[in-house]
Amino acid sequence: MDATTQEVHGHRALQHHFENMEQQREAGTLGMWVFLVTELMFFGGMFLAYTLYRAKFPAAFASASNHLDITLGALNTAVLIFSSFTMAMAVYFTQVGKQRPQVICLVLTLLLGLTFLGVKAKEYHDKYEDSLIPGRLIPGRPFGPEVAHEGDHDPHKLHLLGNATVRQVEMFYWIYFAMTGMHALHMIIGAGLLTFLLIFSLKGRFDPEYHSPVEVIGLYWHFVDIIWIFLFPLLYLLGRHMEHV
Amino acid sequence: MSEHIVPVRIYVTIFLVLLVGTALTVAAAFVDFPGRLNTIVAMTIAVTKATFVVLYFMHVRYSSRLVWVIVASALFWMAILFALTFSDYLTRGWLSVGY
Amino acid sequence: MKPIESFELPEPPKVNYINAQYGLKSWLLTKDHKRIALLYLGSITFFFFIGGLYALMIRLELLTPPGDFMQSATYNKVFTQHGIIMIFFFLIPSIPATLGNFLIPMMIGAKDLAFPRINLLSWYIYLLGGVITIYALLAGGVDTGWTFYTPFSTTFSNSYVVATGLGIFINGFSSILTGLNFIVTVHTMRAPGMTWFRMPLFVWSLYATSLVMILGTPVIAITILLLAFERIAHVGIFDPALGGDPILFQHLFWFYSHPAVYIMILPSMGVISELIANFSRKNIFGYSFVAFSSLAIAVFGFLVWGHHLFVTSQSVYAGMIFSFLSFAVAIPSAIKVFNWTATLYRSSISYDTPMLFALGFIGLFTVGGMTGLFLASLAVDVHLSDTYFVVAHFHYIMVGGALMGYLGGLHYWWPKISGRMYPEGWGRFSALVIFVGFNLTFLPQFVAGYLGMPRRYHAYPPEFQVFNVLSTAGASILGFGMLIPAIYFVWSMRYGRHAEANPWHLPGLEWRTASPPPTENFEVTPIVTWEAYEFAPAEETEVVGKFRPELERI
Repeated sequence: MDATTQEVHGHRALQHHFENMEQQREAGTLGMWVFLVTELMFFGGMFLAYTLYRAKFPAAFASASNHLDITLGALNTAVLIFSSFTMAMAVYFTQVGKQRPQVICLVLTLLLGLTFLGVKAKEYHDKYEDSLIPGRLIPGRPFGPEVAHEGDHDPHKLHLLGNATVRQVEMFYWIYFAMTGMHALHMIIGAGLLTFLLIFSLKGRFDPEYHSPVEVIGLYWHFVDIIWIFLFPLLYLLGRHMEHV
Repeated sequence: MSEHIVPVRIYVTIFLVLLVGTALTVAAAFVDFPGRLNTIVAMTIAVTKATFVVLYFMHVRYSSRLVWVIVASALFWMAILFALTFSDYLTRGWLSVGY
Repeated sequence: MKPIESFELPEPPKVNYINAQYGLKSWLLTKDHKRIALLYLGSITFFFFIGGLYALMIRLELLTPPGDFMQSATYNKVFTQHGIIMIFFFLIPSIPATLGNFLIPMMIGAKDLAFPRINLLSWYIYLLGGVITIYALLAGGVDTGWTFYTPFSTTFSNSYVVATGLGIFINGFSSILTGLNFIVTVHTMRAPGMTWFRMPLFVWSLYATSLVMILGTPVIAITILLLAFERIAHVGIFDPALGGDPILFQHLFWFYSHPAVYIMILPSMGVISELIANFSRKNIFGYSFVAFSSLAIAVFGFLVWGHHLFVTSQSVYAGMIFSFLSFAVAIPSAIKVFNWTATLYRSSISYDTPMLFALGFIGLFTVGGMTGLFLASLAVDVHLSDTYFVVAHFHYIMVGGALMGYLGGLHYWWPKISGRMYPEGWGRFSALVIFVGFNLTFLPQFVAGYLGMPRRYHAYPPEFQVFNVLSTAGASILGFGMLIPAIYFVWSMRYGRHAEANPWHLPGLEWRTASPPPTENFEVTPIVTWEAYEFAPAEETEVVGKFRPELERI
């Protein structure tokens, strides 16, 4: 589009109620930041519950946490961090107008996100197998893990530390599923958004002048990564130093 | 466009820092530090990682003062939620008179 | 700048936002903030009448001491549903979604809000939440009180808790999106020359309201979700059997629901600032104090939620902190009342209908606010908690305050919205009837509560009957008074006198375009060179506050 046409009509992506692309971009970015504030407050309630009950039942929380698969958790953390990197690179390539690397980075981000969800699904399945889904959420399979006795190293059985009780461990798993479930839901939404981005990118919709959706969805993706950066140590690592006590 | 373009080497550096941080936090989890130190170490590493993501991946370092204010406000409001709720839970045992 | 009286609008345009396009589709798929405001106006009025019907049923039951009109289980549902409908589906969206949506772009000189499609989406989300809630009401209702306290709501209630919760949860997104839209709009879309301190105070208060919506609503969203899952899974974080604390629910619930009352009152205060200044034809006294007090209320409002937990197992030390903070939050509200009063002093007051509502607001809000101080005192609250004193307190604020502001604003901006004038005589009459009816309804409730009548009871000891009879009589008058504007507003849309662009002869930016305005609001984007509420030409005003450029960027 030549300069004179742009002067008269504005960029093809300029919406009618904005004066120029700069204002539109600023509004879009600000809008996403305000939305992320709401997301932080949303997760905040669950972090509060976690903090309270962890302080109340330290032994039970440690026992329950140790039963989570640290390898899968650490792997997922690395996967998500990698996806944040590829997302940032996707924004970079859009800013400098290189469509092909931009698309590749978006594809990578999406694949890594799906990998995360796959690993999560495996973890959830393991919990189901061990009857660790709280309450009566699964009809016919209420919360009821087998407790390991002294010397029993069966990985499917729950090892209770200190004065932990199974009821208290159930509290941990309630919070675990609530937090990781909500996080996974946000990942799924993110994956959907990335798919849209991919489709538009392939059609060549974004250029250095207009790429606000890539930036803004990038912000969302990084936020979801940050939530996991906190979830991982809080849920998976809290009792590891007590494992052999 | 007044947009700042972050150089690739910064993204790569931050990415590596984040991976190192993850490895560090996993390793530290198995060390039995005295008292509450395990939690403090883990949370310090997590906050550091999050800070890097916010500042560089989310471009806050290069953003307007308004964005800084928004991020700071979000953290402040979380702090309100935690602090005032804990003002209840932490002080419940203080009143020793029977009632 | 020319004096207002000589301001001329070129030949009023034939095409305005109402007749620009015809057909249901053009309304249901509109991106015009003004049309969306009207869509909201219709829906919230509908919910208001449903909530009002529930109120009627409450007052009928309470006419006599024994529970003879309905069973206690039914009564529990009636007051619960009255609260839920009025709070979530009327009060919270009322001014922001109707007057806010309509006026904010016009007041800052913009063509629309920042995100018009999200604006429309927020209305559809509101409707979806409303439909689901109505379904829950019709299917059998909910009886937990609008406060949904656990463990009754999670374990023992046999009513439609999850469905209602879902409706409220969805509705919360409408609130969040509206707040998000307003914040971004005010930051990025002000016309050239429209600095923060030239904006009308109505915009300031809606900005503050939006901050509360953004920061508070997500917390109740997660709380409702956790409540619903706890009910479905038969176990959860509020469950004592797991070592959970039901009070945690109350902390999380009130973290939003207290700031929610500021969502309900701040916009109304913004309207009152407009009405007081404009109908006394005088610049508002202490503009920056009023502006900053809105922000202060928004912030302080988040620090006081524990005063709803004074009589629970909440630590008494936390209670002391919350009590102190609850006294503190009254200060910015008081600042506003003082500034409004100072504005009225030695001004040229015209007692048009909007001003009558505004004056009523000042008195009634003051009563409501002062009685709040009674409740903020720990020791006094032990006696007054869960009595009719509390009921009277919050109705003075929400009806005597929020609703009066809403009605005043509706009357004031009606000519701009519809292009017609409402009948002034009937307007003043209805304001008077509403004022009398309101006080007769709720003043006796203060006394009844103080003397010990509990709330949420369908039967009560005979010594309280006289207060209840007065209250029901008042409610009938109030109900009648509310019907009158409903009728004449609709009547005026067809038969009302055509309104010119600036029927009240006022300096606000929204009065410098046609009534009703064209779709793009202004023919030409205005360039603002005057201060807010500038009644006299600049040369003739004594400038007390100065324009401060360093505050402009944020």
